[in-house]
Amino acid sequence: MASITLSKVFKSYGSGKTANQVIHGVSAEIHDGEFVVVVGPSGCGKSTLLRMVAGLEEISGGEISIGSRVVNDLEPSERDIAMVFQNYALYPHMSVFDNMAYGLKIARVPKDEIKARVDKAAKILELGQYLNRKPRELSGGQRQRVAMGRAIVRQPQVFLFDEPLSNLDAKLRAHTRLEIQKLHRDLGITSLFVTHDQVEAMTLAQRMIVMNAGIMEQFGTPEEVYARPASTFVATFIGSPPMNLIKEAPGAKPGVTVGIRPEHLDITDSGWALTVDALETLGAERLVYGRWQHGEGYELVIIRCDEGRPVPQLGSTIHVTPRPDRLHYFDTTTGKRI
Amino acid sequence: MEKRVRFKSRWLPWVLVAPQLAITLIFFYWPAAQALLQSVMMDAPFGGSLEFVGLDNFRQLFNDPDYLASFRTTAIFSILVAVCGLSISLLLAVMANRVVRGERFYKTLLIWPYAVAPVVAGVLWVFMFASPMGVIAFWLQAVGINWNHLLNSNHAMTLIIIAAVWKQISYNFLFFLAGLQSIPKSLIEAAAIDGASPWRRFWTIVFPLLSPTTFFLLVINVVYSFFDTFGIIDATTKGGPGKDTSILVYKVYYDGFKAMDMGGSAAQSVILMAIVVTLTVIQFRFVEKKVQY
Repeated sequence: MASITLSKVFKSYGSGKTANQVIHGVSAEIHDGEFVVVVGPSGCGKSTLLRMVAGLEEISGGEISIGSRVVNDLEPSERDIAMVFQNYALYPHMSVFDNMAYGLKIARVPKDEIKARVDKAAKILELGQYLNRKPRELSGGQRQRVAMGRAIVRQPQVFLFDEPLSNLDAKLRAHTRLEIQKLHRDLGITSLFVTHDQVEAMTLAQRMIVMNAGIMEQFGTPEEVYARPASTFVATFIGSPPMNLIKEAPGAKPGVTVGIRPEHLDITDSGWALTVDALETLGAERLVYGRWQHGEGYELVIIRCDEGRPVPQLGSTIHVTPRPDRLHYFDTTTGKRI
Repeated sequence: MEKRVRFKSRWLPWVLVAPQLAITLIFFYWPAAQALLQSVMMDAPFGGSLEFVGLDNFRQLFNDPDYLASFRTTAIFSILVAVCGLSISLLLAVMANRVVRGERFYKTLLIWPYAVAPVVAGVLWVFMFASPMGVIAFWLQAVGINWNHLLNSNHAMTLIIIAAVWKQISYNFLFFLAGLQSIPKSLIEAAAIDGASPWRRFWTIVFPLLSPTTFFLLVINVVYSFFDTFGIIDATTKGGPGKDTSILVYKVYYDGFKAMDMGGSAAQSVILMAIVVTLTVIQFRFVEKKVQY
């Protein structure tokens, strides 16, 4: 087991004047045994970052260490990692057993130990009866488990996951999320998990890295990221519906954007006056979309109402008051938290 | 809503497929039937009459040491053409698959030989190997090899194999390249993480996944070396020296049109037909069943 240290990691494609930098100096310290999720919109560089840790992409600048070793110039096989790919990357011509045993055979692990290790992994993942099947004879969920099994049997220092759940249907995804959590509790192997799905990130992460356009916006526990977003990007990316951001809120200084989460706005007798534009019922809660006129334009403010609370009429005017201790302030130009 | 066009007329579909049917019937089935018929007939020595002789033509063939020798020549020739052709083009495809810059240029150049007619390909190589003035023959002489494919049967065999392989590499290359590009990159990456060296990755992942392509090409190449190489042989060695490069299809032509033994020649084409049918059946059986993922 090992920690992962990223220090000022850069990635660019091409060279010279045409170089295209996609990761702009990411530094992070991932502790031994920790489960860290990298989350961000598509194209933010999260997969590239993971592939640099894996050794599948060259590191253009900075340093990556696994344990105490700098791995910049090491081959993927020398980094003592295992990776679960988005499309699982199972070897289609090999049985489930051979898929899991491939790495061990190359490492010249004795035959009976290979069998023991694969059997154990198959037992954990409930794959025992499928060991002789080919990947094409398995369902999506089973293939996903084989991919995990292939990672487990190697007993690596680090697990890398590249959006491993995105090809599963919603129900299976929720189930597999729990399985991954349990697996991590049992094995305690340092894990780096890349996803674009904030629910996955919030539920799986011990700490999470929020990335945007090649920059690490925030690194913290899910609670921290949710309660104290470091920037307007994090504020709107994490949480659904996103945080309301109001540029020229009453009482706020110029150049400051005020943020307030939909659940921290209460409908009161006086306060900000909004026209109800739309209503959405989600079962346990309702979302009220209020239009707030100011100057010539307007802003849409979302309010979350729990079940049982009175719901305003469409088109009516309501008054809302934010809970003062839940207000967030951001610099309008940089987007950074103040 | 029905999206396909449906014809009510009874004869229109037949009219529409008629050209294709006519071509197949006139150019494939008719000659084949003719050959079948002729294979059990014998011409009178000076023409004029035909006599039914049953399987005599076939019996004679299998007692003819020349014919058996031609089988051996064909076997050596086609195995070498297939093996050399496939391995060289696989190597080229693997390298082309790694090229990042100038990829199109490289591919285009590799595909060109396919546009060259077999006879032209043969003539091209004859010029280069023509002793003593051909470019390659000249070089060979410089290193002490006295090249003469008109007298030395090994030289002759080498020459037609080179010409035949050169001509077929483009075709194989295209299929191999397409096969390589259809292997997901993540498989190779997974194998790299699993610790496999590039060599091992190729033999344990890439090559097995290419096996449907390889098998398909193997059959195509064997059929090619059996039949389509006629032009090359006719333009280079004419089956010589002696009959040492006279493969089955060349012998069919020679016995029929030079030696004027129509019955024997027809019997040989019937045997060739049987070989092709067998190869095709094997190909369909195999490709559908075993070698697919």
